[in-house]
Amino acid sequence: MSQHMMFLQGNEVCVEAALYAGLDFFAGYPITPSTEMAEMLSIRLPQNGGKFLQMEDELASMCAIIGASLTGSKVMTATSGPGFSLMQEALGYAVMTEIPCVIVNVQRGGPSTGNPTHVSQGDVNQARWGTHGDHAIVALTASSNQDVFSITVDAFNISETYRTPVVLLFDEVVGHTRERVLAPEPGEIPLVGRLHTSVRGGVDYHPYLPREDGRLPMSDFGGVHRYNVTGLFHDMWGFPSNNPQVVHGLLRHLVDKIENHANEIARYKEYYLEDAECVLISYGSAARSARHLVNSRRPRGERLGLLELQTLWPFPDQIVREKCAGAKYIVVVEMNMGQILQAVKAAVPDPSKVFLANRVDGDLITPTDIRNILRLIWGKGV
Amino acid sequence: MSVKDYIRERFFPHMWCPGCGHGIVLNNLLRAIEDLGLNKTGIVMVSGIGCSSRISGYVDFHSLHTLHGRALAFATGVKMSRPELNVIVPMGDGDALAIGGNHFIHAARRNIDLTAIVMNNRVYGMTGGQYSPLSGYGTSATTAPYTNIDHGFDIVALAAAAGASFVARTTTYHVMELRNIVKRAITHKGFSVVEVMSQCPTYFGRKNQMGSAVDMMRSYKENTVPLGSKEKQEHPELIERGVFVEKELPEYRAEYDRIIERARKG
Repeated sequence: MSQHMMFLQGNEVCVEAALYAGLDFFAGYPITPSTEMAEMLSIRLPQNGGKFLQMEDELASMCAIIGASLTGSKVMTATSGPGFSLMQEALGYAVMTEIPCVIVNVQRGGPSTGNPTHVSQGDVNQARWGTHGDHAIVALTASSNQDVFSITVDAFNISETYRTPVVLLFDEVVGHTRERVLAPEPGEIPLVGRLHTSVRGGVDYHPYLPREDGRLPMSDFGGVHRYNVTGLFHDMWGFPSNNPQVVHGLLRHLVDKIENHANEIARYKEYYLEDAECVLISYGSAARSARHLVNSRRPRGERLGLLELQTLWPFPDQIVREKCAGAKYIVVVEMNMGQILQAVKAAVPDPSKVFLANRVDGDLITPTDIRNILRLIWGKGV
Repeated sequence: MSVKDYIRERFFPHMWCPGCGHGIVLNNLLRAIEDLGLNKTGIVMVSGIGCSSRISGYVDFHSLHTLHGRALAFATGVKMSRPELNVIVPMGDGDALAIGGNHFIHAARRNIDLTAIVMNNRVYGMTGGQYSPLSGYGTSATTAPYTNIDHGFDIVALAAAAGASFVARTTTYHVMELRNIVKRAITHKGFSVVEVMSQCPTYFGRKNQMGSAVDMMRSYKENTVPLGSKEKQEHPELIERGVFVEKELPEYRAEYDRIIERARKG
């Protein structure tokens, strides 16, 4: 790790990391609490010859980055709940057409305009199921600015590896917390570039015929291969088809290419899990409070542990099951009405051991909040 | 070269109804491209959803068949990344001006170098004949059984007011004019809009007792006049054809290159 130290807020760190990962095209629309990212990129991208576009809305922003990605650019957009709702249509298009792109959602309180300047983690299931139709999705998150850096680079790498949109689900507290970040040297974190086809011009190129390893080499728009891209179910040429075999095959491919790699995509951190009787499962800014509680109660002999999830989707069922195998209680700490709670309950053999510690009033959940809920769960009163 | 060299024969026959005007637009678009001697690999065709939007699948260019109304937003991303490409955006009237109306006026305002071809058949054909924002007051449609009380847009006036630097209107009857206007639109540096009045005998024609495809095309001959003709003064209900706007304005992508220069100087 280099000594290049920065003192930045999470949104700015995400921008630094995106540029590190090779971002060269951003389109967005102003929205609290993500706007700093657009402002900063409007300065930084053209300095590197990249393009920053402020579009007429989030629908157009999402469409513009998909168009740019097809020409070979590394692309991103950033928004919050209401804008993320508008992006769902084109997010589904990126899933169907397998276009690499990164969508940052700095979560605020919802539904609707909600609580624009306050924290929430209410869009977890929207990231999973916001766009219509069966599909798989990748959604990542982080709790500290150092992790925002590495997880943002991961997001670009995963989007290229699996040719998929990746959602970065940050939250208002992570986005606006200023803290120290050590910037890695160029090359220190490996980057995944666009996988280009080796098929030469004049030879029949099948843009939607996966290789044996499941990856799908691309040809940039403007390159030697002229092919069709459509949001309709399509055959290996990218041409529309409603042949049941083609439809079934493509849908399975879209889901399997993500779900079958859930363990490779899983990012998490663990604290004191070896002998934990009570495992807290948390993510994003809520995990900061959970970690504080674990660190402060351990010296008193309380067998608390923390599993901090950084990959929310595809949900790391197997890892959650293994890490919670010895727990008497599993407590999901999150700032919503229990969205990851449901996924945890589905993952473990005994869902009656799983409890929720949450806060949904726009304030960050505190270690004391979690502690009070734990006492209730343990039957000790508040 | 013939038109056949520009299409993907594998995907024919096309899905348009007999008598549909869209094939005439495709034919003349390809002839215009042939006249200009453009390299197929230098063209990207971006379309949305609807009958007209299927045009992109049939042509042997880079083709991007996107979401209803959003073609111009996708095209903006393509053009900003690869400005050397010719980006042509065929759209339907509902696609361009109802669900895509906001993207349409903002693309015009930016004056980004895209060629928008609005194939105006005044109806949603693919879903079976509902009224569009171009059907016009007093027309009939499957969703206007008691007559349509929505007023239509004037595409030319809208595009010009929004800032498009090339705006034209023609019809599927006036094929030589269509071909020439499309050539000028593609060559123009800036946002170009070509409205092509295109018949839908299956829905708009049938619902409004306009007869066959041939009758509808004849009505284009009889009810339109070249821009600035005297007949228009005597018969204001006639629709003008021709190039309404053609001016040199700073083009968006070229302007952005100046932004890059400025940013690099610090």
